Amino acid sequence: MNLDDTPTQAEFRARARAWLAEHRHESPPQVRGLHVEDPAPYRVWQGELAQAGLVGVTWPVEYGGGGLGPSEEMIAADEIARAGCAQIVDHIAIGELGPTLIAYGTEEQKQRYVGLMLHGEEGWCQLFSEPAAGSDLAGITTRARVNDCGWVLNGQKVWTTLAQFADFGLLLARTDPDVPKHRGLTMFIVPMNAPGVTVRPLRLMSGSAPFNEIFLDDVQLAPDAVIGPVDGGWGVSITTLMYERLMALSAFEHLAPSPEALLEPLLGSPALNDGNVRRRIAELTVDRLALRYTAFRALSDLEGGRMPGPESGLGKIGVVEAGRKAAALISETLGPDALAGEWGELAAEMPGMRSAGGTEEILRNTIGERVLGLPPEPRLDKDVPFSELART
Amino acid sequence: MNFSLTDEQGFLREAAVNALSRIDTVAGARAALDGEPLPELWPTAREAGWTGLLVPEADGGAGLEAFDAMLVLEQCGRRLAAAGLIGHLAATLVLSRTEAEELLPALAEGARRAAIVLARPPAADEGWTVEAIGGGRASAPTLSADGRLTGAAGFQLDLTGADVLLVAAVDADCEPCVALVDPGVAEIEPITRCDASRPLAHVRFYGVPATRLGSGADALTEAWYVAQALLAADALGVVEAMLELSVSYAKDRHAFGRPIGSYQAIKQQIVEILRHAGTTRSLCFYAGYAAQARPQELALAASAARFAAEEAADYATRTCIAVHGGIGATWEHDGHLYWRRAQLSRLLLGGVGDAGDRVAEEIIERARVTAAAKAN
Repeated sequence: MNLDDTPTQAEFRARARAWLAEHRHESPPQVRGLHVEDPAPYRVWQGELAQAGLVGVTWPVEYGGGGLGPSEEMIAADEIARAGCAQIVDHIAIGELGPTLIAYGTEEQKQRYVGLMLHGEEGWCQLFSEPAAGSDLAGITTRARVNDCGWVLNGQKVWTTLAQFADFGLLLARTDPDVPKHRGLTMFIVPMNAPGVTVRPLRLMSGSAPFNEIFLDDVQLAPDAVIGPVDGGWGVSITTLMYERLMALSAFEHLAPSPEALLEPLLGSPALNDGNVRRRIAELTVDRLALRYTAFRALSDLEGGRMPGPESGLGKIGVVEAGRKAAALISETLGPDALAGEWGELAAEMPGMRSAGGTEEILRNTIGERVLGLPPEPRLDKDVPFSELART
Repeated sequence: MNFSLTDEQGFLREAAVNALSRIDTVAGARAALDGEPLPELWPTAREAGWTGLLVPEADGGAGLEAFDAMLVLEQCGRRLAAAGLIGHLAATLVLSRTEAEELLPALAEGARRAAIVLARPPAADEGWTVEAIGGGRASAPTLSADGRLTGAAGFQLDLTGADVLLVAAVDADCEPCVALVDPGVAEIEPITRCDASRPLAHVRFYGVPATRLGSGADALTEAWYVAQALLAADALGVVEAMLELSVSYAKDRHAFGRPIGSYQAIKQQIVEILRHAGTTRSLCFYAGYAAQARPQELALAASAARFAAEEAADYATRTCIAVHGGIGATWEHDGHLYWRRAQLSRLLLGGVGDAGDRVAEEIIERARVTAAAKAN
């Protein structure tokens, strides 16, 4: 058991470190989480990182990637953090959408899109969730109909990160409502500047608007906007979500505050000597540390050619719990002032985080069925054409 | 990076599963509550080579790491087995760090059996302490300059039947040292508290002769935390057993025309056991890794694993009983045997309270260092 670099990984790390030492002053400021006010300088920085081989580390070499493993990808993120630099801004694109295009796109599509994506020259967003279809993703109602010029889109998407700055979106739409719901879906590339696409920021309870709502009114797409088979979009979306799960393993480690950072506001407080406070510190530290070593186990499995199971997704629950517990402890110790600052913001993010990437409940159901083999709830939507299902 | 089991570790684990499946240790744990002797597992441990796991190869052992021992302990917990390994392994670890290697070959081979009274390394300005017989903590036994050991320790595992007894003691200058005592001159009082699946005892020393095996602050600190990790692994085994039992019952048992595992209310509680198991396993990996390669992180890693494991075992045993409904709370059902193991385990060797306090201590210190580095 070791966490050491192999000789080639050590070489990769040394190269990354040397490059970052030389270029770190070109990085825009680090941000907590995924969201930035203005992505332009971050995209320029991403382009530089890409030149240095620190973006798309696991992508195939023929599409501009490094052709390396998840450990090297983590090394790149570690070294970027260590140098005090900003991480890749389009990390959803690099982690999920690019790999999906590489897996399902035609050669023409790949040549057209993935290189510019990698270098931050074109931004991307993911258009899957809808107001009435999140956990039950296959229940989406955004409709794509064939016309003489290709396809016409109508519907609404939501929870879209960086949509206001994106050039393209990867969108899941229903192409055949008269078959059971998983079978009538198709994946599309949508130019975000197409007539009929409206992007509106979605303000959350924390007051910030990290996500957007997207309205699609008679948006005309060309015939070659389809990714993967027509009516075979569910399989494509499964691939994207699998990459999301893999990305989340290491992403949380870099996005969530470290256990040391969670305690920083309490340093110097006499409360640190209180037995109950110490017990609470232990609880949140254990939640947070478990995430790190769960990620190491999963990455190690990946390196060994074994796919980590869906149960690795349970790590999210611990991160949310650690954040909630830390925010509560900090505000109880420091008083109401703490609710106004950074930690108040963190507190206000946690209730919504429970549903990010699928609600905790659907996560537990899926894992109970797929990992433990527990029987599913009786379902009313199986083998029934989508058009005949009860919907709101 | 390699944070997965090696092939050898996989074999070690499988061998432990097989060896322990030959004796009905769960039935043994139930019978022990009625005063029956526990099944004798020392021959099993000896045959499997577990007795020498932590003894260097030069002294006749396997020269393996704490993490390997944890894999065996996990299977012991899963089957409620008591193989005397926590005491023996911690004792051999201490001996391999002192000048008493001549004792090791017989212990490695299993011809003789060792046990140790462990003391908690001091945090802040307190001294070395052991569990007090009436509850709470007491000073570690003292070893006088003329080699007499005086003091007592409560609620110790694996003392019964030991041929070699080590004691974490303090000398006249309050410095920690390792004392070697003839178990025959110690007063060992077997006790049962809630759980009878592992031998438990109080021990008293009334000025008995003892040999000082060198000063042992480092070895005793390491042994304390390795024992925390071994207890964590044992508790992880309890969690795994509860997961297996709960899943199997939830698939079989029908209510209102369908298996109860199809109800989200049941399913999600069982997945919470799985989540606890995963969290605990990851922290056990961390503890094993720290014992092997990051000694400066061992206190944090082993305490975090112990804290998570005991909390997990508490949740898992209660939940397993609840998933079974009323039958889960009967004497005939195995649920309460595991619940008993978990309830007592969380109080031993400092217990979940000390483990949590040590996690807090270590992480607060790291946060101070990080903040100071940032300020510069």
